[in-house]
Amino acid sequence: MPNKKQDLIDQKLQDLNNDGVDRRGFLKCMAWAGTGLVWTLSGGIPVSRAFAKNYGKDAGKGGDFSFVQISDSHIGFNKPANPDVTATLETAINKINAMPHKPDFIIHTGDLSQLSKPSEFDTLDQASKGASAKQIYFVPGEHDMLTDNGEQYLQRYGKGTKGTGWYSFDHKGAHFVGLVNVANLKAGGMGSLGHGQLEWLEDDLKGRPASTPIVLFAHIPLWTIYPDWGWGTDDSEQALSYVKRFGSVTVLNGHIHQIMQKVEGKVSFHTAMSTAFPQPAPGTAPSAGPMKVPADQLQRVLGITDVNYVVSGRSLAIVDSPLGA
Amino acid sequence: MTGKNVWVASFAAAVVIAIVLQLAGSPSVAANDQSSAANAEVKIDNFSFGPQTVTVPVGATVTWTNRDDIPHTVVSTDGLFNSKVRDTDEKFSYTFAKAGTYPYYCSVHPKMTGKVVVQ
Ligand SMILES: [Cu+2]
Repeated sequence: MPNKKQDLIDQKLQDLNNDGVDRRGFLKCMAWAGTGLVWTLSGGIPVSRAFAKNYGKDAGKGGDFSFVQISDSHIGFNKPANPDVTATLETAINKINAMPHKPDFIIHTGDLSQLSKPSEFDTLDQASKGASAKQIYFVPGEHDMLTDNGEQYLQRYGKGTKGTGWYSFDHKGAHFVGLVNVANLKAGGMGSLGHGQLEWLEDDLKGRPASTPIVLFAHIPLWTIYPDWGWGTDDSEQALSYVKRFGSVTVLNGHIHQIMQKVEGKVSFHTAMSTAFPQPAPGTAPSAGPMKVPADQLQRVLGITDVNYVVSGRSLAIVDSPLGA
Repeated sequence: MTGKNVWVASFAAAVVIAIVLQLAGSPSVAANDQSSAANAEVKIDNFSFGPQTVTVPVGATVTWTNRDDIPHTVVSTDGLFNSKVRDTDEKFSYTFAKAGTYPYYCSVHPKMTGKVVVQ
């Protein structure tokens, strides 16, 4: 069905070129109303904001910080959808380096590699060295655990982590949890956290004040976006039940190579663009495989996600930017 | 993607020749082995196994070919076989020695499931 695919791309590009509507404000309302999946574009730039209530007003106050999420670099991928994924990852890193406010660290939400090859991880490491933010936190995607049950990934990126690579850390008053939902997947299912990890998570969050901003990040979305394509995590409900009592929860995922978000109570869900290639919107193509767009438009559908934490409002502002216009 | 068996005995011979040619060099396939008359092929296209169910006689070899731009695996739910990762155009074959029903899936994309029925 190449025509359907092309229609989608055309529509997407048309949206990208449509700068007549202030979708930024529009989205804010949509997000707070909890209206589910929202594609947002503003002035030719995909922009999404959630929990942006106080952002800007008190920006720059002590304790505020930002970090950047990148995802799905797929180093080693060389098919028509993007024959040079190393170059686009480098573009993403240059974009991060050029930001006016320096992010404290970078989170990579998985699929670093295409085939879990040592040479692919080497290339990713080499490109990462170019980032001015020296700390990068990783979680694996399914492409990073294709061999040896993820041993290679764990050796390189999982030092000090538990199980298949999960962990948590604190940063300036916020609590971050990296989860793994790509290991030991069951036939017919979607992403899976597994009993051991869920127990650890419950324990990890226990005793923390409800005012602590929580950021959960994992590769596959922790909310069900499209079960037919496996875009969800079978036991995510259980995980989310542990964060219900917190006042601000942000869930960052990758895997679907496009921006999607929803707000449910105090929980804001967000998926990032890929640095490698776009994937079709749910159900608009025969499968979730790489989507080919004209070469000169590729950088519009790849990108990074900048997350700003404003301490006074205990809120997070999420801004997605494409690699190029 | 119904679980329909597309293997029809009347055109088996022609297909067998194609499969044997494709597998030339693979020592596990003997051209004059009677059971090879019903070897089967499964294509991986658009994140699905086609046909989703194949029915073969005991001793037949099933060959999977990944035709997607994304790597997949072919893993027996009972742990009988595991293709390891198969990138674009890579193949995996398994010979079924015993009658039974063998469900399998892609361990990378577990929504992808299929079945081999050995009679
Ligand atoms: Cu697969």
